[in-house]
This record gives sequence, C-alpha cells and structure tokens, in this order.
Amino acid sequence: MNRDHWTPYAFLAAPVTIYLVWVIIPIVQTMVLSLSDWDGVSSTLSLVGFDNYKRLLSDPYFIRSLKNNVTWIVAFVFLSLPIGLAMAMLFNNSMKGSRLFKTLIYLPMTLSFVVVGQVWSWILEPKYGALNTFLRFVGLDSLARPWLSDPGIVTYSVIAAALWRQVSYSMILFLAGLQNVPREQVEAALVDGANGWQRFRYVILPALWPSTVVTITVSIIDSLRAFDIVHVLTRGGPFYSSSVIANYMYIQAFNNYRMGYGSAIAVVQFLMTLVFILAYLASALRREVDYT
Amino acid sequence: MKQKVLFYAVSALLVTVWLVPLVIGVFTSFKSMDELLLSRNWWSPPADWHPRNYVTAWVEGNMSRYYVNTCIITVPSVLGALMVSSLGAFALAWYRFKLRTPILLLFVAGMLVPAQMLMIPVYRFSVRTGLYNTYWAVVLLNIAFESGFCTFCLRNFMLTIPRSIFEAAQIDGAGPFRIYASIMLPLVIPAMAAIAILEFTWVWNDYLWSLVLIQSDKLKPVTLGLANMQGKYLTNWAVIAAGAMEAAIVPVIVFLRFQKYFIEGLTVGSVKG
Repeated sequence: MNRDHWTPYAFLAAPVTIYLVWVIIPIVQTMVLSLSDWDGVSSTLSLVGFDNYKRLLSDPYFIRSLKNNVTWIVAFVFLSLPIGLAMAMLFNNSMKGSRLFKTLIYLPMTLSFVVVGQVWSWILEPKYGALNTFLRFVGLDSLARPWLSDPGIVTYSVIAAALWRQVSYSMILFLAGLQNVPREQVEAALVDGANGWQRFRYVILPALWPSTVVTITVSIIDSLRAFDIVHVLTRGGPFYSSSVIANYMYIQAFNNYRMGYGSAIAVVQFLMTLVFILAYLASALRREVDYT
Repeated sequence: MKQKVLFYAVSALLVTVWLVPLVIGVFTSFKSMDELLLSRNWWSPPADWHPRNYVTAWVEGNMSRYYVNTCIITVPSVLGALMVSSLGAFALAWYRFKLRTPILLLFVAGMLVPAQMLMIPVYRFSVRTGLYNTYWAVVLLNIAFESGFCTFCLRNFMLTIPRSIFEAAQIDGAGPFRIYASIMLPLVIPAMAAIAILEFTWVWNDYLWSLVLIQSDKLKPVTLGLANMQGKYLTNWAVIAAGAMEAAIVPVIVFLRFQKYFIEGLTVGSVKG
C-alpha cells in the first residue's frame, strides 16, 4: 500500500464532489426541510420544528402506507425467500436444460417496473383480465375480484406483481450462495446415509446462512423503497389503500407541493432503511477487514 | 431416471407458469382490439397476427422519440459513472490514508439510501441551476447516484490485482496518474464491462428520476413514455402491449447476450434490484 499523502485525495476529488452535491448534501437538506413548511415554489420557508412529524402520527394515510410497507416486508421475506431458495435448489444442478430454465426465470428481473406493472394490469383487470377470465373459465366465479380497486386486497395484488420480479432476484442470490456450500460436507452426509431433506436441513441450510442474511437485508431495503410498481399500477389508490411510504412521500411532495411534509416522510423512510443499511455495512466492513 | 423425469416435469411447469404474464403480454401485443374484447382467451395466440400495433406504438405512440431519449440519457450516465468511479476506486484500493474507510463506507451506504431522501433537494437544485427538464439533470444524477455501486464493485475488483504490478511501475518511475491510466484501466476493463451491463439495464429501466426531473414529453425516456401511452390509448390495450414489448426488448436482449456478467454483478453487489 502507498502512503502518499495527497495523491488519493486528488483521485477522489471529482467522485467525492459529485457524490456530495447529488447524494450527501441532499440527505442533510431533506432533514432540514422536514422541519419546515416549504411548498416547493416560494423562495422563503419557515421552520416549524417537529410539527410535520407530529402531524404524521395522526395522518391515517401515512399510517396506512406504513402498514402496507410492513406487509411488503413480510411478503418479501417470507414468500420471496423460501420460493427463491426452493427454485435455486431445484436448478442447482448440471442437468441438461437447467441453464435455459434459469435464464427464463430470470427474465422478469430485466424488465422495468413500468413494463411489469403494465403486464400485471392486464392480468388483474376485473372484466377482461386474465386472472378473472381464468377463474370463471374453471368455474370459480366466486373467487373473481376487482383486484386493483378493492381496498381490502389491492396491496396484495401489487405485491404479487412485485414478487414476480423479486423471487428471481432471491433465486440468483441463493444460487450464488449454493456455490459456496462445501461439496465434501454434502458428500460426507450422503455417505452417512442422510436423506435429501436431512442434507438440506443440516448441511446446506447452515452453510447458506451468510447469503440468507444478505438476501433478507436486501429484500427489506427493497421493500422499503418500493415505488415504481405502486405508482404504475395504482398510484397508491383507491384512497391510499395500496400506498407505501415512498409513494405517499412522492404524492405529498410533488402532487400536493407539501415539500416539508414530504421531507418528513422521506426522513422516516430513511431512518427505517438505515437500520438495515447499517446491518449491511457491518457485514461489508467485516469483509473489508478480510481484505486488508 | 425417475428423478430426471420429475425434474423436467416440475421445471417445465414452473417456467411455464412463471412466464404466463409475459406470454400474455406478447399475445396481446399482436391481437386486434376486436379479438381482445370478443374472445377473452388471454392465453390463446392471436387468431390474426397484427404487427401493426407495433407500428402504431412506435409512430403515433411516440416510442421512437422515447427510445432516442433513453439512449441519450443512458449512454453518458453509464460511461460517466464508470469513469468517475474508476478514479475513486483506484484511490480507495491502492492508497492507505486517513479517510479511506469513511469515504468507502459513504459510497457503499449511499447506494442503499432511498431515492426519496434525495428527491426534493435534487429537484430544487436542478430547478435553480437550470438543469431541470434537461437530459443533463438525469444524467448527472445517475452518474452521482450510481457511482456508489460502481466504486464499490470496481474497488473490490482492483484489490484482486497483484500489488507487485504497481510496485514495479513505481520503481520504474511512473507517476500515480500514469499508473492509473496505462496500467490500472486496461486491467479493469473486463470488470467495467460487467458493471456497465448491469448499470445499463438499471438506467434504461429507471422511472422515478425521470419522473421527478423531466417534464417535457419530447425529453421523456421509454419508461415514462410507456406510462404516458397508458393515458393516451387507455382502451387500446394491444397498442400499449406493443409499446411495453418495445420498451422491454433492449434490456432483455442485453441480458440474454451478457447473462454471465449480469448475474456476477448482481451477486457481487447484491444490493440493488
């Protein structure tokens, strides 16, 4: 390693400057704005202390958005992870065609949420949509629903669309993790007469733990910043029933021009995410120590 | 043998179910509006193939314009982010200095911060500097926001390069910038290419930042354009489907062609989706 004093800073000057202007300073500014009543247009703003935060506590739409985010987290962790893991286990072999199957499962990951939203809006459309048409076709008419306009189920419909993409992602991470499972251990278990489930439960699963932690952390961070798919499918409606905090922040700030209030929502979202960012950093830092 | 049959049966069924939404999209995009409304068989192929929907989306739906805009935004964003981060990654990988770990952590943490936390100040800054509603507003934001991920990945890759190469160059009297430009850059080009693939699809698929920073229809990228079409052709699903397929095709091709890099990048970074 070099011990030159100014050289590293010379190299870092441009990247750090750009990063400061577009990322770091805005983070601080959002915190300040969250204590103000800025409307997005006026050249002046007055500081109102923690008023925005106090108002959030009694804002039913915000509470609703927050609850929906919790549902997102639960779905991302308890559905996306097991399904992704099961699919990774299925395709983690050298069978002919495995590669093609994996490629096809990955496909949704490459699509933008706008396209994903578009495709799912035809599936979920109440009158002609594929899902309801299918349900009627097989005689389950009673299960047909207005998937995107019933306030009781709309969040689940949006999450289903998001999961389509998220499961592929979990599968990729688990497949990478499976590469690190020591082959000798699996073979040793085989020799000891462990059956498939026992090999999975007592050898593979423990060895997968590090990638499971990363996948959980990333899934939670992803569900806390969900925005695109909600915006495209429902804009958070009807009546905020499918809103999430990222979407509610956007509506307050850019549709209602309540930038101070919007900033406060962003700060809450940021603080919730921060817990998991720090968890992620802790593991990144541990790897950092390994390097040096 | 039994296991083999089971594997193929389960896999085939799974992949089929998984791709139903896409297949519906493709079929819809080739159907006429009459067929869509009369026969409600979403899973059946079009009775009559209507490639005209694609022309309508491309010409009247303005997809051609949106495509150009996406390219104008994506190419400089990806190249810029890679150039800028290669500088930072070089310093963070090869020099030991006081602020090394804090700066590195700042870059890593920044890529995980929700966009909402930056949105209002970036919007305000763009309006004040006159960047608002120009390609540059989105390009510069992308360069900055994506440089966290690029710096992190590039630095990790640089650490795998044997140190002796640098020490030899230093003994030969090469200055730091020489070492960076003529030794490091050529060595990290494969890594940069891999990251570029991933960044390309992310920036190509970006929706949120263009939504915040671009207003004029003639500057909008495909993602916003497609959302726009929804309003314009609200009832003509076939044309919207064709537009959606047009928007999807480029990232899909890039993915199919460079799948290996794509997966590698995702697992190394494992922070974004």
